[in-house]
Amino acid sequence: MSQSDQRQGKAEPESFEDPGLPYHRPRLADKDPKAAKRAERQVAAMFGISILGTIIALWAYFGLDQSATDTASIMQMNTAIGIGVMLGLFGIGFGAIHWAKTLMRDHDMVEERHELRSSDEARAGAIQNLKDGVEDSGIGATPEGVGRRGLLKGSLITAVLLAPLALLVPQIGNMGGNWDVNALRHTMWKKGTRLARDPEGTLIKASDVTIGSAFHVIPEGLNELEHGKLEEKAKAIVLMVRLDPRDLNLQPGREDWSFDGIIAFSKVCTHVGCPVALYEQQTHHLLCPCHQSTFDVANGAKVIFGPARRPLPQLPIAVDDEGYIIAQSDFDEPVGPSYWDRLKTPGSSPSAEAVGN
Amino acid sequence: MGTKIDHAAAGTANYLDERTSIGGFVKFFARKIFPDHWSFMLGEVALYSFVVLLISGVFLTAYFVPSMTPVTYDGSFASMRGVEMSEAFRSTLQTSFDIPGGLLLRQIHHWAALLFTASILVHMARIFFTGAFRKPREINWLVGFTLMIMSLAAGFTGYSLPDDVLSGNGLRIIDGILKSIPIIGAYISFWLFGGEFPGEILIPRMFTAHILIVPGLILGLIALHLFLVFLHKHTQYPGGGRTHKNVVGLPLFPVYTAKAGGFFFVVFGVIAFMAAFFTINPVWNYGPYDPSPVSAGTQPDWYILFIDGALRLMPGELFGIPSEWFVGGYTISWNLLVPGVIMPALLFGFMALYPWFEAWATGDRGEKHVLDRPRNAPVRTGIGVGVITFYLVMVLESMNDIMAMLFQLSLNDITLSLRVAIFVAPVVAFMVTKRLCLGLQRKDRELVLHGNETGRIVRHENGEYIEVHKPLDEQARWIRVSYDDIAPSVVAPQFNDRGVQRKGHKWDKFKHLLSRFYYEDRVSPVTPAELEDAKHHH
Amino acid sequence: MKKLATKRYHKAAPLMLVLLLLAAITGVAAITTSAPATAATQVTGNDVVEGQKLFAANCATCHGMKAQGQEDIAPSLVGVGAASVDFQVGSGRMPMQMSGTQARAKMPQFAQPQIDLLAAYVASLGAGPMVPTAEQVDGSLGNAANGMELFRTNCAMCHGSVGGGGALTQGKYAPSLGKTTPTHIYEAMLTGPQSMPVFNQDNISSKGKRDIISYLEEQRKPSPGGLKLGAIGPVAEGFWAWVVGIGLIIASTVWVGARSS
Repeated sequence: MSQSDQRQGKAEPESFEDPGLPYHRPRLADKDPKAAKRAERQVAAMFGISILGTIIALWAYFGLDQSATDTASIMQMNTAIGIGVMLGLFGIGFGAIHWAKTLMRDHDMVEERHELRSSDEARAGAIQNLKDGVEDSGIGATPEGVGRRGLLKGSLITAVLLAPLALLVPQIGNMGGNWDVNALRHTMWKKGTRLARDPEGTLIKASDVTIGSAFHVIPEGLNELEHGKLEEKAKAIVLMVRLDPRDLNLQPGREDWSFDGIIAFSKVCTHVGCPVALYEQQTHHLLCPCHQSTFDVANGAKVIFGPARRPLPQLPIAVDDEGYIIAQSDFDEPVGPSYWDRLKTPGSSPSAEAVGN
Repeated sequence: MGTKIDHAAAGTANYLDERTSIGGFVKFFARKIFPDHWSFMLGEVALYSFVVLLISGVFLTAYFVPSMTPVTYDGSFASMRGVEMSEAFRSTLQTSFDIPGGLLLRQIHHWAALLFTASILVHMARIFFTGAFRKPREINWLVGFTLMIMSLAAGFTGYSLPDDVLSGNGLRIIDGILKSIPIIGAYISFWLFGGEFPGEILIPRMFTAHILIVPGLILGLIALHLFLVFLHKHTQYPGGGRTHKNVVGLPLFPVYTAKAGGFFFVVFGVIAFMAAFFTINPVWNYGPYDPSPVSAGTQPDWYILFIDGALRLMPGELFGIPSEWFVGGYTISWNLLVPGVIMPALLFGFMALYPWFEAWATGDRGEKHVLDRPRNAPVRTGIGVGVITFYLVMVLESMNDIMAMLFQLSLNDITLSLRVAIFVAPVVAFMVTKRLCLGLQRKDRELVLHGNETGRIVRHENGEYIEVHKPLDEQARWIRVSYDDIAPSVVAPQFNDRGVQRKGHKWDKFKHLLSRFYYEDRVSPVTPAELEDAKHHH
Repeated sequence: MKKLATKRYHKAAPLMLVLLLLAAITGVAAITTSAPATAATQVTGNDVVEGQKLFAANCATCHGMKAQGQEDIAPSLVGVGAASVDFQVGSGRMPMQMSGTQARAKMPQFAQPQIDLLAAYVASLGAGPMVPTAEQVDGSLGNAANGMELFRTNCAMCHGSVGGGGALTQGKYAPSLGKTTPTHIYEAMLTGPQSMPVFNQDNISSKGKRDIISYLEEQRKPSPGGLKLGAIGPVAEGFWAWVVGIGLIIASTVWVGARSS
């Protein structure tokens, strides 16, 4: 109690009292029958708009030229039916809500809550029923308090846990195709495979590639594959550019993987696999549009920004005697995103050059 | 005429009741009370968007062919004639261009999906900031959280079905993230795609997930969600006459039948409006999926943006430490695991388990059916704003190239700034929000003690000028003084009378620390005694 | 006098005055900044001389008197061809506002006849790509479907799926192609300006370039789905879903929950 209270000899309650439900202000429609009639007309008008909307939608569907497939006609049909649907829906929605707000009861009502906890008798009854059930099951409690027939319970649980495996293991196992994860290590590129333009598939001559060019490349023969075309393309895509040889810093051990400033790298980002396609001619940077990993083509496509960690694998290229550009071999490491045993070739330790940090 | 309908109704009712005991059910439900507040309708928005998705989805399945078999296009869209594409893409083009109103149907479906996921987040935020997840609603919070995850799954599988370049690159990214999982990553990728990426079976599998498994789970969870809402009865905001032991509001029949029923049409109408006027997912511009092309501005639908942003934020190397490790010849890609697996697990785990974290701090105070005004739970509100800020930083980063283009900025600079912001901004947001809440509580105290300024100046006989304040009426005062004033918990003594450390003492100490974090800084509500004092100051 | 003044004064008068003023200013601006005349010219020996004079007055400070270039400032123009000049000067990129890797397109500083003179001079310095003929850039003769295939493999990653533009690193960008002329589109592909790679005729043939022009012109038509929302993809769609969709819906929930008068 505060000092002033003690002086007055009056004790204030510890906290305020709930003032009860607020005063209910009647609405216009409650007080004035004309306002109620007006509200009724408004609601009916809204329902009327809905009917109008439905008519518009049907008129558009049957009335407009259904066979016209130029973009303007499609947009017209789309918008006209859409407006009809929209009005048809809004009319009912606003009408029903307006009705509820203006004409339906809006005096608050009070409902009592009951505690969620079951009564003690209900609980006792539940426990007793469960106990009876356990006894009836033949497992039952012994005087020591431990259920007997442990063998029953143990074997039941074991069987139930194992049973799904009979169905699930084969079914889940079947979903992985041939599970040949090693296929990720190889692409279509082999010694002598000619480079072709993506998507046409026409061959590329070394003389076609001028300084500043960027060619999107696929292996010759990709477009003619009967099966697995996209799977192979997803690993085999390559970006080939030509820099001024003076700007190119050849990586040790890779001096003969490029020629005359023409150099080729895998187009599959080493981050999560998007095509790395944005070649900035002047800075020689290669930008991946998905997460902005940036690779420096002049310096072995190493990462200079962004979430990628490994440089793009380089495709060793040369010119054949007809002037076409060819691959010298497959990439020296798996292309694309990393995975657990990416650097472990089957049955041997990881190749030193593939670490490529 | 009236009696004929009455007779028919009575007959039907009798027929049903004799077979189902529906009478008791109708008695129980018809006049159920629901409190009236606009923020209670947000969950309905999610429900209705889902219904729109179901309706539009059923019709879409009449035309969509979930197959990756290559075909050559010869439909009416000129820019794709002669192009090789999957059946899935071709059937999507056919729906858009050769079926009158087909494009409208696709757009209704996609806008509804964006609204479904958005309304779930808004609804979840309302539940969080008003404390509606407290006892007895913790389980319903988990159900709702699972619904949120399911909505992400539904959306992702859905927009990947047309097999276009944009969504296909999204699948490529998922493939990369899966592969990064230690030991089993490549096998999970093979399992999902039926072999190497992209495979020939993914679209049919996603189709089954999208139209059967995920909606089935969602429907079941919605049923459970609504059942619990009915069982627990709806919460209500503080106000006169509203206690933890009652519900004050309006009856289900007819008021909410009309309002909620009408609202379905309003939500559907908004979706139809957007579908009629705004282009969404123009797959004919992206082209059929091919691993080679990619477009500037490659982002997933908005609800997946935060993962894309996290992937962009993560550096490949930080201060010389690489984010990909080679341990014993095996590769561990932290640059994928952290943003793609670990961060979402932590974020979602925190969100899912939050009711229990707060319960540790608060202790069991019984069933809570009156909501908190957010200002009266400053730390909870601060945590909510902090988490939202964390989420928003990632969303901003996911659109760094679009921001760079629109606002003439460098996307490298945006990324570098947001790398700092992801750690700093949520903490700052928490601190600022908490202080704002405490400030608002103090303002409430002032209002209760002194009332509102009226702008009338009165001069006393002794020459003193005062501004007349109008005291708050009972209702306005009650809202400001009726909140729970929770003090930090007290730890039981460490040792019992025999000098032995109490079991669970460490846990009690931890809960006490949490409780202090939550409740040490607090503003208590005005008591009648304080009000009397204030009156006597004049 | 006062009565007359009050009769003449209409409360809408200030607004009408402001609108009239705005219309007048806009009209004057429109008339005085009309596009320069575009007349095709034949190259004569005199053109080269005239072109050299223009070059010396406007370009030599950066590119050198013999267009040999200056290290770190401006590249040599020997061999860049008339097409480069027509593109760079015609789109206003040159003369550059300030040196750097990104040359912003702006209001062209020369009329087309003067650009042709400059082009003639630069072309005389060394063989290079020529300005395309009208037939080479006529989109109506191209195949938009093939154009799309070429565009999405070679161009969309920088310029966006429909040529709406995109970001490059460090503040550079690939501009929107929505208003670029067919000639400039052709020339840009052929010459590879600034950050853009060179798509010579052996990389994308002349016919392929025309197909791309045809495709881009198709994209300027309205979208069948309605408003394009900038054609930048899911980010814009998500933004509008929140602002318009959630905004309208929350507005309506507030209306539903509010008491009627």
